[in-house]
Amino acid sequence: MFTALHLAIIAPFLAAVFVPLLYKKIPSIHTGWFVLIVPAILFVYFLQYIPTTSEEGAVSAVFPWIPSLGIHFRAYVDGLGLLFTLLITGIGALVVLYSIYYLSKKRESLHTFYTFLLMFMGAMLGVVLSDNMIVLYLFWEVTSVSSFLLISYWYEREKSLYGALKSMLITVLGGFSMLVGFVLLYSITGTFSIQETIAATSETASHNLFLPAMLAILLGAFTKSAQFPFHIWLPDAMEAPTPVSAYLHSATMVKAGIYLIARLTPVFAVSGEWLWIVAGFGITTLFWGSFSAVRQTDLKGILAYSTVSQLGMIISMLGVGAAALHFDGANGNNVFIGATTAALFHLFNHATFKGSLFMMVGIVDHETGTRDIRNLGGLMTIMPITFTIAAIGSFSMAGLPPFNGFLSKELFFTSMVNITEFQQFNMDTIGMVFPAVAWIASVFTFIYSMIVVFKTFTGPLQKEKLDTKPHEAPFGMLLAPIVLVSLVIVIGFFPNVLSYTIIAPAMASILSPLLEQGQQFEVDIYFWHGFGTPLKMTIGVVIAGILLYLGMKKWKGVYRLFPEKLSFNNLYDQTLDKGEVLSQKIMGAHMNGFIRNYLVYIFAFIAAFLLITMFYKGAFTIDVSDTAPITIYESILFLVLFAAVGVMMFTTSRLTMIIGLGVAGYTVAMFFVIFRAPDLALTQLIIETVSVALFLLCFYHLPQIAKNLEPIRFKAVNFIISAAVGITVTLIGISAGSSRMFESISGFFKDYSYKEAGGRNMVNVILVDFRGFDTMLEILVLGIAAAGIFTMIRLRLAGRDEL
Amino acid sequence: MKSNDVILQTVTNIVLFIILMFSVFIFFNGHHEPGGGFIGGLMTSSALVLLLLAYDLETVKRVLPVDFKHVTAAGLLVAVGTGMGSFFFDAPFLSQTYGYRHFPVLGELELATALIFDIGVYLVVVGITLTIIQTIGEDR
Amino acid sequence: MEILMSVAAGILFMGGTYLVLSKNIIRIIIGTSVISHGAHILLLTMAGLKTGAPPLLGLEASSYTDPLPQALILTAIVISFGVTSFFIVLGYRAYKENGTDNTENMRGTDSYD
Repeated sequence: MFTALHLAIIAPFLAAVFVPLLYKKIPSIHTGWFVLIVPAILFVYFLQYIPTTSEEGAVSAVFPWIPSLGIHFRAYVDGLGLLFTLLITGIGALVVLYSIYYLSKKRESLHTFYTFLLMFMGAMLGVVLSDNMIVLYLFWEVTSVSSFLLISYWYEREKSLYGALKSMLITVLGGFSMLVGFVLLYSITGTFSIQETIAATSETASHNLFLPAMLAILLGAFTKSAQFPFHIWLPDAMEAPTPVSAYLHSATMVKAGIYLIARLTPVFAVSGEWLWIVAGFGITTLFWGSFSAVRQTDLKGILAYSTVSQLGMIISMLGVGAAALHFDGANGNNVFIGATTAALFHLFNHATFKGSLFMMVGIVDHETGTRDIRNLGGLMTIMPITFTIAAIGSFSMAGLPPFNGFLSKELFFTSMVNITEFQQFNMDTIGMVFPAVAWIASVFTFIYSMIVVFKTFTGPLQKEKLDTKPHEAPFGMLLAPIVLVSLVIVIGFFPNVLSYTIIAPAMASILSPLLEQGQQFEVDIYFWHGFGTPLKMTIGVVIAGILLYLGMKKWKGVYRLFPEKLSFNNLYDQTLDKGEVLSQKIMGAHMNGFIRNYLVYIFAFIAAFLLITMFYKGAFTIDVSDTAPITIYESILFLVLFAAVGVMMFTTSRLTMIIGLGVAGYTVAMFFVIFRAPDLALTQLIIETVSVALFLLCFYHLPQIAKNLEPIRFKAVNFIISAAVGITVTLIGISAGSSRMFESISGFFKDYSYKEAGGRNMVNVILVDFRGFDTMLEILVLGIAAAGIFTMIRLRLAGRDEL
Repeated sequence: MKSNDVILQTVTNIVLFIILMFSVFIFFNGHHEPGGGFIGGLMTSSALVLLLLAYDLETVKRVLPVDFKHVTAAGLLVAVGTGMGSFFFDAPFLSQTYGYRHFPVLGELELATALIFDIGVYLVVVGITLTIIQTIGEDR
Repeated sequence: MEILMSVAAGILFMGGTYLVLSKNIIRIIIGTSVISHGAHILLLTMAGLKTGAPPLLGLEASSYTDPLPQALILTAIVISFGVTSFFIVLGYRAYKENGTDNTENMRGTDSYD
């Protein structure tokens, strides 16, 4: 059944169709205003699901797509899906609103921008709301493609293309690996449904394909969510217009990997590898991202690395949260549940403060013409509202009270400290690494957050380095970031608004095995929970951060310890370059443009492959018991055919050749007569006549075939290959005639030709009735051939430039 | 391609109609006896090719002022149209049916929707054969 | 009989392949035609020859030849006509544009740009 839910998912795609039309027909109104309607309506529509997911758990609707392969478009809304859905539509609406002021109606091609953006939105909804893995994969790849298109939106810039290609190659590589993982999972469980896979977890874990499937799927998630060392595409993706960076590369698309990890946690969490890999990669990324962010000079670069690091943080919390599944029950004793709470809470918070920061950077870029912190400064008095946005966003990112980032950072520290108490998988010994790295990374996070605010807005104003005279942005442009920073503050003070509406239902989807019927997780987020280790860690972060920020000049040399040559970026570039050179060499070696070579490959392969298979499988059989007797006519015709082929092979006269072909064709027609195929005989006779006429018409204009053009060796090779092909065909013919593996289906035609189709000529009935579709496509092919001939004859290349 | 073979031209004048009539006969016969759209179409076009060889392109164009590309298109349209026709009777694409009707002169005849489809095939075959021959012939 | 016809199909394939592998465009085009003849014979042979009356129910015979390969071949004949005529025109136009009927001279340059 195709329900309203399905419609909601594909609504952005449908809307995308109309965008170019609106852009063309109503140029006076910015196209964004029309586009804004879509995410706004969807946001309101999905808000209605909050009571359902928090009380009943999940709703789903199935639309059979490829039923024969067990692929159904099952839309599945539960807490986790809804959290993402609201982010996608909510941030989506704000980003569209922002883009209306960011992208000029006059200069930019808005229709392509909004078409791609809506395409992305629909794909993203599809990813988070489909239960079928194949459908999920499909939408997943669409997000990669639309991200590619949006990054290369300013396609005349070299760097945009580079960034777009990089993101495409890395995410699609990961997506493909993910597909492999899904198929492996399918081979274990026999279902593509995620929910059914989760239900079958107990049998899955012991299968020997379990680990490969997990790794393949994780590769997909890590590339998409820019985890170390696949993070290199995200900073380059910042060449996209800022609304895109805010939307795709910070709030939604990069979180698809997080979604996947969260979604599949119940499937994989039973294994220790999952815990270590997910948490390990997450914490590494957290550190590396924050460490790299400090050295950036481009504001967007800082935010890109910061996004990388925050994504790592969320993923590490999800990894730690998986430990909860090793214990029973959802009571307060299971301290690891808190990590999942923290992950989801931070996921939401990150979307709010990072979204506002990106928009802030966009405003600064828009009003001053630069994003380089070396040229910026002193904007506080000129752009007070922008400064306020930046300050709130950055302080939240740094984890300072009273903003929402403080709360999630506290929860993060709590979960990192708790994990060291976990008694399995060496967590209680080597696990000490986690809180240590988390603390160091948080110091760097604090430093770059300060850089974003203070290097941009304080200090001397360097007017001579700016392209334009800076001034405050228009109100419309400020509206979207203001909404986001308001959320930062509101959630900072009232975090429990989210607790039971969004976070608890989402946790129920991730940690479903822990819950009993009708039970739900207890989520309570407080400002003050005692003077414990987490708070001490935060205070330490602030002190160390301030000291390091002030003394930055002294230790900046650390970054020179990492030579450019050894970076992952360099590895990517080198791989690409070397790969191109290598493939060009390989292709050039055998694809030399000479058609005969290609045909030699093809024919030699056919002969060798079929002969070897036949020999290896012992498929050759000969059975003369059932054959028809040979009469004198057939022997004569056979000899005629043989002679005709021989003449064609060795003559150099065009006319003789055409006559030879005609003779062969008419002989074949005679064979059709003998073999009781009147329709074929008639057709063959007429076709032969017409095509001989055609050959004569055309070849009249072609030169005589040059004699002795080809050396003997050349001819010998040709002869050997053609003899091999001929022998292969003969053997196949004999074997096929001698072995009957199953009954012919022609009995059906005998019985039903007259009864069902009212025709007594079975061949004709097959053509026009039983297999009418084939015939229709066949005449279509003929039509295309005719059109091709017509254009070829009329096409004149002469007079045009050499191609 | 000027041709002035009087014998060929005279014979063509007579034979042409015999072939054309036979091609129509063989076309309608197709459902029960050898024949059908492909063969009928090819035979019709071979008759026209004969005309082309005996006279020249200009003559054929004067006698038959038809753009054969349009014939091809019409044929495809008919074929697809019969397929779509099934939708009106709530049947899958290209479902065929047949029935018997009494006609004043001809007596009782079988009518099959497959025949309409076959007309499409016939038109396409005639159309493309002549499009090909004509375009090549015109290219001087 | 089936064996003889299999050999006939083999001969047609051999001749066709030999022609296709040459450098001359006329021979290549003729070769494709010959190969398609071979394919038709092969299809017909594989289904068994002379196993009954022609597939016309009006004959009211006790057994009929298999109609399915015949329908396939009929389709194949017409398609190969279309393809052959396309080839002929392609060869003809290639000769007119490039002034050569030798495929080795038609290969263009080595650069991929």
